[in-house]
Amino acid sequence: MVRSNTGKRLHRIAIYSLFGIVALYTLFPFYWMIASSMKSGQAIFDVTFLPDLKFNNYAAILSDGVFLRSLLNSLIVAFSVVALSLMLAVGAAYALGRIDFRGRSPIMLLVLAVSMFPQIALLSGLFEMIRWLGLYNTIGSLIFAYMIFTLPFNIWVLTTFMRDLPKQIEEAAIMDGCSPLRIVRCIFLPMMGPALISTGLLAFIASWNEFMFALTFILTDENRTVPVAIALISGSSRYEFPYGAIMAASTIVTVPLIILALIFQKHIVSGLTAGAVKG
Amino acid sequence: MMAGSRSTGLRQARVRTAWLFLAPSLLVLTGVALWPLGRTFLFSFTDALLTEPDFYSYVGFDNYYALFEDPLWWQSVRNTLYFTVISVSIETVLGLTIALLLNSHIAGRGMMRAIILIPWSIPVVVSARMWQWMLHDQFGIVNHVLKLAGVIESGVAWTANSALVMPVIIAVDVWITTPFMVLLILAGLSMLPRGIYEAASIDGVPAWKQFTSLTLPLLAPSIAVAVLFRLLDALRMFDLSYVLSSNSDDTKTVSIYAREVLVNFQDMGVGSAASTAVFLMIALVTAIYVTVFRLNRRLMGV
Repeated sequence: MVRSNTGKRLHRIAIYSLFGIVALYTLFPFYWMIASSMKSGQAIFDVTFLPDLKFNNYAAILSDGVFLRSLLNSLIVAFSVVALSLMLAVGAAYALGRIDFRGRSPIMLLVLAVSMFPQIALLSGLFEMIRWLGLYNTIGSLIFAYMIFTLPFNIWVLTTFMRDLPKQIEEAAIMDGCSPLRIVRCIFLPMMGPALISTGLLAFIASWNEFMFALTFILTDENRTVPVAIALISGSSRYEFPYGAIMAASTIVTVPLIILALIFQKHIVSGLTAGAVKG
Repeated sequence: MMAGSRSTGLRQARVRTAWLFLAPSLLVLTGVALWPLGRTFLFSFTDALLTEPDFYSYVGFDNYYALFEDPLWWQSVRNTLYFTVISVSIETVLGLTIALLLNSHIAGRGMMRAIILIPWSIPVVVSARMWQWMLHDQFGIVNHVLKLAGVIESGVAWTANSALVMPVIIAVDVWITTPFMVLLILAGLSMLPRGIYEAASIDGVPAWKQFTSLTLPLLAPSIAVAVLFRLLDALRMFDLSYVLSSNSDDTKTVSIYAREVLVNFQDMGVGSAASTAVFLMIALVTAIYVTVFRLNRRLMGV
């Protein structure tokens, strides 16, 4: 009896130490980013574990018009991608999840295949398309290009969600002659809250973080998004590398995402697993 | 009779509705994915330049010959495969371990789940910058701690040393993407039937035996899908290498190679040939993987 109690306690101590190691490994880089961003001038080069709580780096980066502009661009791109991809995907998911028609399986297969395309495989064709649409060097090019990873995923997840809803819920409405648009708006949309939050959040995070297209389709600083802006911050020499400013900028773009991730943890996880495990 | 024709009419109307609701998405997917893919394929047989994509002539397989004769291309292929195999293996083992740890019924595991989501949710560029700073040869915290511990004498140039830069990139990738693995495996764990474990415990099956003969086989499909997603992601890796060690040939991936030829050298022909080769490479790996693990049914949700 005593032995099993000691064993249990040891077991618990072991698990909590492992928790501690994982937490330290996960969180220390963030702590170091934030601590470094709050050291001003040369202080950043002294390794002290406590921050100075000086905000010079923040003042500098926030008075930099180009950085603020890229923050605004990122917000516009991410919100537009979320809105557009959800709007398109809800319609497609209604067709694929609720209506039985020939061509449904091939289209699901196509959607799955497109979600696996490597982005680099489309780069030159997409370049031509974006130029042809007159979107080169505008954030419109990114809103368009980001459909390639948000739309197939959203269609896939929302279709599985709609397919699992009971058949009866729309029968009465169909018999009453309600228009399909009305059925989607009044019957399905209110039930889809959690699925829309999951897919919308994942689309937001993916658009906010995307780098390769943003690096390629945008030519001038004032149209850039934050990942590219942060990647391009550099000093005049290796020894003048403005790490304080980079860490401040990184903290600014990261904190909102961390808050989102903590608040909507369950939704994000269910979205990820709906896309991968449930299929 | 009346009812019959009415329901056929209704059916036809429903099918029409389906296509109508699908049309915008299909149009966008065609414009953003299928058409560009086809054009990339076509450009790979031309001498087009990025500056003037409208003027080109067909050159047959010349671009592919040029590509396959470039040692740097083959080095990028090797780098990409090496990075993929090593990082996905480590992430799978580590992900499984952490997932099993978090699956134990113990206070604080919800908190842990939230914490491990963080590295995954932030931009890769930010993670790369963060680690770049921590790994700085003179002022980085990593070298500082290693010096204090007496492991090294002077600062190590982690990202400038050609033998170290790939392991460093793999380590940072493990830090970024293990959470994804953990979450997918946790979801798989939560779907395992509880009853068989009770039965096994009553029968006196030891814990490690329960793990190898119950948990692992039942979890295998979930792990296989998670690994597929990571494989697809790792094979097209771009940002981490680009930001952490932009000009190093030691960490050049096929995506970086293709974009460099296309954008920096403006060579749309060879760039498109490289892009097409990447596409075929990833399609091949996916096809083999899906066949070997018989994932097609699971993916289609049939």
